[in-house]
Amino acid sequence: MSALARLGGNGFWRRVGAMILKEFLQLRRDRITLATMVTVPLTQLVLFGYAINTTPRDLPTAVLLQEHSDVGRSILAALENTRYFKITQLPRDAADLDHLLASGKVLFAVEIPAGFERAVRRGEKPALLVAADATDPVAAGSALGALGGVIQTALIHDRLIPESGGLPFEIRTHARYNPAASTQLNIVPGLLGTILTLTMLIFTALSVTRESERGTLESLLAMPITPLEIMLGKITPYVLIGFLQAALILGAGVLLFGVPVVGSLILLAFLTTLFIATNLAAGYTFSTLAQNQLQAIQMAMMFFLPNLLLSGFMFPFAGMPQWAQWVSEFLPLTHYIRIVRAIMLKGSTLADLQLDTLALFGLMLIAMAIAVTRFRRTLD
Amino acid sequence: MSGAVSGAPGIVIDVKGLTKSFDGHTVVRDLSMQVKRGTIYGFLGPNGSGKTTTIRMLCGLLTPDSGHGTCLGYDIITETDKIKRHVGYMTQRFSLYQDLSVRENLEFVARIYGIGDPSGAARGAIERLGREGRGEQIAGTRSGGWKQRLALGACTLTSPQLLLLDEPTAGVDPKARREFWNEIHALAAEGLTVLVSTHYMDEAERCHEIAYIAYGELLVHGTVDEVVAGSALTTYTVSGKGLRELTAELNAKKGIMVAPFGVNLHVSSRDRRALDAAIARHRKDPALKWTPSEPSLEDVFIELMGRTRDNFQ
Repeated sequence: MSALARLGGNGFWRRVGAMILKEFLQLRRDRITLATMVTVPLTQLVLFGYAINTTPRDLPTAVLLQEHSDVGRSILAALENTRYFKITQLPRDAADLDHLLASGKVLFAVEIPAGFERAVRRGEKPALLVAADATDPVAAGSALGALGGVIQTALIHDRLIPESGGLPFEIRTHARYNPAASTQLNIVPGLLGTILTLTMLIFTALSVTRESERGTLESLLAMPITPLEIMLGKITPYVLIGFLQAALILGAGVLLFGVPVVGSLILLAFLTTLFIATNLAAGYTFSTLAQNQLQAIQMAMMFFLPNLLLSGFMFPFAGMPQWAQWVSEFLPLTHYIRIVRAIMLKGSTLADLQLDTLALFGLMLIAMAIAVTRFRRTLD
Repeated sequence: MSGAVSGAPGIVIDVKGLTKSFDGHTVVRDLSMQVKRGTIYGFLGPNGSGKTTTIRMLCGLLTPDSGHGTCLGYDIITETDKIKRHVGYMTQRFSLYQDLSVRENLEFVARIYGIGDPSGAARGAIERLGREGRGEQIAGTRSGGWKQRLALGACTLTSPQLLLLDEPTAGVDPKARREFWNEIHALAAEGLTVLVSTHYMDEAERCHEIAYIAYGELLVHGTVDEVVAGSALTTYTVSGKGLRELTAELNAKKGIMVAPFGVNLHVSSRDRRALDAAIARHRKDPALKWTPSEPSLEDVFIELMGRTRDNFQ
């Protein structure tokens, strides 16, 4: 108390007060910052509050029916009744089923083999094959855990099996691509995308606003250089930096956590470069929209949070409501998470990933088009 | 010169009726001007009079609301890309990269303009700056005067046909200012046209021609002598005791302008008879010494500004 009183005696609080007042006055001038202070927390809260659900629902599932029987139908109905699974595909053969799982179109593949019902009635305990895409262990885990119980209840309800005793068949689950359900196998690819998103956004979000704040933009605009040339010149160095960063994270992931790279390293490098360029283009777009560096950073963060939370890295993608899934299709990280998991853990090829590749490409072009048209060639 | 399509031969800047407003506030109003090749054209006027806005319209950084014209024979509205290639524009605020070295800054400019040997061109420019061996110094750490000379070096590196210099010597010490002006005269002697805005009267007198702009309007133009002669001012230089009281009394009279110059006072008016009547009593004051004199450029401008302000109020 005495220390504060001594400070106060020298006009300490008057000077602190003057500083506080000045900060508030400056804050009041920056309307956009002020608006984001209110709107950002609200929109993010509503968005994430409704979108994020750690218990996934309606996970896309493919069922290969090798026979048509009451038991089979009952099992299918039971699966759908859990609301964990949603049967979206009915492939014709095992190869088809494998392909659906590999391409990421479904997260679960259920196979009811031929002669299943007969084998059940004979008490031979046949195997019901359930393969899960365990590249995201969180999404797969809870659904698999519930499987045995719900099927038994359904079969008892349909009076296809006696109430007492265990299941007359064996549920043989197989956690594909990540048999040990190791979370590191999910975290490392996910972090690769998340870190790249954050750093790339920040790099370019500041690039144009820095020029205008330092006064160098006026000279640049007076020179014979076009907005497209400026943009490409500003983005390209960071593609290289991002690429080195990606190599560093990936190298550490392989060395320290033993994360495999099942697929083609060249394909991964190519698509990572595309992802880096997409984020750089998004950051650059913010840079052309913002009036100062603070606003640019805020815009970058506003874009980063949904990338982090809705991409399927932190929370299962399939667990989100439909509208949130649509929103996240517009986020580069959503597509990259799919790509990087698929290449590293499943060994997917470009043909499997063409939709996500095209999506990244499209997002990059949209961002660049906005940036080039928004970039003002004059000081008007 | 390549691509001269319009304008009289030997006219580098030829614009008519340029008007520009920001947020409903007219900054430049119906401005017309012509600048001949090889002249140093001084652009004078108080802060906020529209000098920078005019310069920016000439080099394509701003689009005029109305008016038209050419710069180096290129249309200032539709051919800004061509103008940018042949104009060296030096901004009011130092706008090279503070965190790059002198050489790196110059090489960057050279590369943008597609100069064949950027490092050679940068080396040449550093030599011309007379500071050999200083090329590796970081631009931001240099003094204000040196930075302005560097900026001028960067503008002339690209062999422009026209230099637009926006208050290049603001905040620069007298020695550096003199060096700066020596360079401008050397460049003009080589046939370069220079449009330079300034607040300094001594710099105005170094120009071949001057224009005075206030409240967005170009009020007078011509050589310094023409401008002074055209002002039709009668001026007396007064020295002695009681100047403060005299200033207060004469300032209150309409059409009479009083400006202190050191220990002297300049009293001027466009209306000779009114002036003589107003000062008749004081001319008999033995404590004051009255000398009829030539109005200075500053007297002319102060009078012009006062008159324009009256028009705008």
